[in-house]
Amino acid sequence: MRQREEIEFYIAISPWLIGLLLFTGGPLVASLVMSFTNWTGLTTRAWIGLGNYQKLFFEDRLFWIVLKNTFYYGFASVFLGTVGALMAAILMNQKVPGIEIFRTLYYMPSVTSGVAIAILWIWLFNPQVGLINYLLSLVGIQGPGWLGSQKWAMPALILMSLWGIGGNMIILLAGLQGIPEYLYEAVRIDGGNKWHEFLHVTLPMLSPVLFYVIVISIIQSFQIFTNVYVMTRGGPGTATLVYVMYLYQNAFEYLKMGYASAMAWILFVIILGLTWLQFKSSKYWVYYEFEGR
Amino acid sequence: MSDALSRYETLEHGTGVAHPIASRPWYRHKRVRRVLYVILVYALIIPGGILLTLPFLWMLSTALKEPKQIFVYPPKWIPDPIRWQNFIEGWTKFAPFNLFLRNSLIITLGNILGNLFSCALPAYGFARLRARGKEVLFLIVLGTMMVPMWVTLIPQYVLFSKLGWTNTFLPLMVPAWFGWPFFIFLLRQFFMTIPRDLDDAARIDGCSTWGILWRIILPLSKPALATVAVFAFIGNWNNFMGPLVYLQDQDKYTLALALNQFRGQQGSFYYHYMMAVAVLTLLPIIIIFFLAQRYFVRGIVMTGIKG
Repeated sequence: MRQREEIEFYIAISPWLIGLLLFTGGPLVASLVMSFTNWTGLTTRAWIGLGNYQKLFFEDRLFWIVLKNTFYYGFASVFLGTVGALMAAILMNQKVPGIEIFRTLYYMPSVTSGVAIAILWIWLFNPQVGLINYLLSLVGIQGPGWLGSQKWAMPALILMSLWGIGGNMIILLAGLQGIPEYLYEAVRIDGGNKWHEFLHVTLPMLSPVLFYVIVISIIQSFQIFTNVYVMTRGGPGTATLVYVMYLYQNAFEYLKMGYASAMAWILFVIILGLTWLQFKSSKYWVYYEFEGR
Repeated sequence: MSDALSRYETLEHGTGVAHPIASRPWYRHKRVRRVLYVILVYALIIPGGILLTLPFLWMLSTALKEPKQIFVYPPKWIPDPIRWQNFIEGWTKFAPFNLFLRNSLIITLGNILGNLFSCALPAYGFARLRARGKEVLFLIVLGTMMVPMWVTLIPQYVLFSKLGWTNTFLPLMVPAWFGWPFFIFLLRQFFMTIPRDLDDAARIDGCSTWGILWRIILPLSKPALATVAVFAFIGNWNNFMGPLVYLQDQDKYTLALALNQFRGQQGSFYYHYMMAVAVLTLLPIIIIFFLAQRYFVRGIVMTGIKG
């Protein structure tokens, strides 16, 4: 009986298990092997050991620019996006009439993404007749050149990412609604005000959810591609050349498959490292209740 | 409790003397405070709501304008005249968008079906069946969520090239039939909330393991399956990188790919047409969003919180 159940278990997970070998595990190993070759997708491949990595770290000036751009985009968009999503979630948790309509309005932009939205934002960012500079002119600010300017192209992409805070807002809102009311009552009984409630109940109780949101957001933001590809192609100059854009160019435009594989593995290690760091630091700020679910 | 509460309320100013209600200043009255609170919340959420909605309105406004009015400054919000034919012309004049729509639909539906099959089955195994090594395998499921798709992309591309599958829909559809970690995780979380007594009762009535999945678990999991379908639809409809890498011929293009090419060709002269086509492309997403909002939220709660 027990043995039959085991066999059934492995039959049940077989689609995933086959997929793991074919589409994840196999390629993972293959790309590691490829990263030690100078393969171009056309010629025969020659083993060059750590050559690709050496070139990336010590000879490819673009690689460091790309790293800097990616960290800039990643940290700025995750920091601003998380703070924004948290404030939005707290507001959406208030009991006022018509709040459901606002939840929908805030949430909707995060569901729409891709090329259509990238094209919309190109139009919004138009320096002369775009909506954003028009709105800025209403409050007496002369808007910058956005996507056409070395200095403002990356802030433009970061600003655009803030339009999609709704997804994280919903996750945080669900977390807020799971905080028991009696904890707030306890603060009030002890004479605390709204600020104390936020500091001593909301933040600690929400910290596991906040942690989850930050980890996932970092992983995603380090892989931004579509918006950059459609809106700036990494320009002007190298102002928005982010990691994955450069990886794509190497692989599919210059056909340096080995080189791109090395880049992919470095990205993987960076993401693993950042995630590991966050887990390490989580014990100082994430508050888990005793396992009493 | 309420005794203690009222005693503390009187201590609010630390005077220890209870105020009779009438002598309270106006702003300490319950009704007044409630109204002020509602006004404050609105003052904070309405501007944000407007800012987040404006891009959509701008898009629609541009899509309905005649070319002369697009670059008018300051912009006009209400087009005059309203050119509904922008939608038809944008869709038909430059490229066969009906064909691209068909391609997008085929790929998206194939992915939805594949995901439902290949994620429900493993999720059932992880939620219900006992086996050695199950915990380790489930950790691997969660671990693979961390692997950037870019690490596996190049070898996958090589594999599909060797199979002669480039420039077909197969590379974009086949992987969906082999599980997707996020959906397996989501469905497992849901299956675990279904009471086991139902399985046991069915087993006593002579139901097999697969019969329980088919007759008990799946019918009770319609909301979770709908959630997976909705997420899979959105993800594939918006997918740009996959088609970009694998599809070369124009007649194979998906909407996302065609839209990018359309932009490249027409540059910034035809914003009204571009916005019109962009609106049409987003329409299914927006409709599904309004129909299936609860499923989105449910999916996020199932995985985001209990993870």
